[in-house]
Amino acid sequence: MNKRIKDNMVFWLFLAPALFSFLVVVIIPFFMGLYYSMTDWTAVAGLEPNWVGLRNYETMFSNLAFRYSFIRTFLFSMLSVISINLVALFFAFLVTREIRFRNFYRAGFFIPNLIGGLVLGYIWQFIFKEVVPAIGGLLGISYIENLLLLADPNLTLFGLILAFTWQYAGYIMMIYVAALLNVPQELLEASDIDGANFWQKLRNITIPMIAQAFTITSFLTLVNSFKQYDIIVALTAGGPTAIYQGQVVNSTELLAVHIYNIAFKYNRMAEGQARAIVFFLVLSVVSIAQVYYNKQKEIEM
Amino acid sequence: METKNKYIKMLLQIITISFFLVTLFPFFVVIINAAKSSLEIITEPIALPREWSQLFANIKEIWTSPSIKYASSVYSSVLITTISLITISVFSAMAAWVLVRRKTGIATVIFLLFISGLIIPFQVVMFPLVALFRIINNTLGIRLLREYHGMIFAYIGFGAPLAVFMFHGFIKSIPLELEEAALLDGCSKPQIFFLVVMPILKPIFVTVSILNAIWIWNDFLLPSLILGIGQDIQTIPLAIAGFAGSFVKKWDLIMTAVLMAAAPIIVGFILAQKQIIKGMVSGSIK
Repeated sequence: MNKRIKDNMVFWLFLAPALFSFLVVVIIPFFMGLYYSMTDWTAVAGLEPNWVGLRNYETMFSNLAFRYSFIRTFLFSMLSVISINLVALFFAFLVTREIRFRNFYRAGFFIPNLIGGLVLGYIWQFIFKEVVPAIGGLLGISYIENLLLLADPNLTLFGLILAFTWQYAGYIMMIYVAALLNVPQELLEASDIDGANFWQKLRNITIPMIAQAFTITSFLTLVNSFKQYDIIVALTAGGPTAIYQGQVVNSTELLAVHIYNIAFKYNRMAEGQARAIVFFLVLSVVSIAQVYYNKQKEIEM
Repeated sequence: METKNKYIKMLLQIITISFFLVTLFPFFVVIINAAKSSLEIITEPIALPREWSQLFANIKEIWTSPSIKYASSVYSSVLITTISLITISVFSAMAAWVLVRRKTGIATVIFLLFISGLIIPFQVVMFPLVALFRIINNTLGIRLLREYHGMIFAYIGFGAPLAVFMFHGFIKSIPLELEEAALLDGCSKPQIFFLVVMPILKPIFVTVSILNAIWIWNDFLLPSLILGIGQDIQTIPLAIAGFAGSFVKKWDLIMTAVLMAAAPIIVGFILAQKQIIKGMVSGSIK
């Protein structure tokens, strides 16, 4: 056989399994989704979807539940990014000091990350519903004893943020640890001789040196908060209900959950798909903007 | 100065231990409550269990209860995770290798296509994916929904972008001379890949497998769409969602199931801690 034909055969045969499954599972559904979002597609079998143009996009933003979900998702993401990064950075500082068993502590802080969102959601549901009141009773503090975190629409979002921070901070901590260990010791020692205090060293040496890690960790926490689904399903299932502009809404039905519910609970598949595409666009724009902004900052430092 | 430093160190040590204990508190809650009866767990959720042997009674109940079928879920999870891990790694390494070694436009285009998969969130493709699997069933007669092979096929597709990307980066750094020498010795291209290149890729295989193992073992949304909750094939997260979400909360059994779901992955972590942390951190930075 001709060598070139043989080489071509090897090329396509080696590529085939990964490329074929990727095309069928991701690329083709992506374009199908673009089409479906402009139809009146439902899950009813045998019903052909009809073309409706941009209608699903036009009605989306006048929909109160969607707007509310959007705002709540942004709120959740912002607060999660702050909470996770603060905790992670704090832990990273602790476990890079000269303390005994620091590798052991690092592993301990990291372990919650191995637990899946669904399992983790049930653990925290139990803690919020049974353990927190029991601890309140033990301490004799009636506020804690009667605290129904998952029944109060103003508090439930914080329960979610707490559970998510518990899961994710240890992982983000590891990225900070890697960055902190790369800060040259000579630089810190030299500034010691110059009489710099802890805050000056932090502001002028450590933070600029780990700026690159900030870009990565902000990106990861932002994207993963925005896409959060598993923890919500297990911890709150979207509830409890709240009133928004005179309409009943689900206070923790964030976008990923909202999209799923619109499509499967209400069988409005096309609308769910259109919202998923907007979700994708917003996520891309926000995460690109964030990386761009942080890269600028990196250079300034 | 010396004594001041000593106090600061002790203070840091105490602060670290406190936060360490707070972080592990939820695990403590799970362990003590997995060994309680349904009454005991509600009346005293923060006490130590009266009888640790209740743990085995609980395990036996979830393991044998026909409504939970935990034993078959463990089997399904192990099967799906193992086969997906191996197939994602081998297929992606094969694809990455030919993409690196062929310096033509088509190779670049296909590589960029794989990379585009990294930024497409699952939510955008999930509804059409289920629809497409149905269409394939109706037109070609190949059943993918509710089947092991459909689930694993989906994991290969979703796992390929990151795996191809990581293998691609590593293979670029392997000197070509090694492969040329093997070619002169009369090896065919596939032989070169499987006998010469694959052994060199071992560290990336480990990294990719760790990332995928944690993802697939814990994954919920994708299997809930492909396999469905309460159907014949249930992974562990599906089984837990099935019996924890459906009726009045049987917290004792949920806690036991949670313990059993988390245990293998935590044991695995303790055994291969360094590699897992290194793998997960390097995976994120790429």
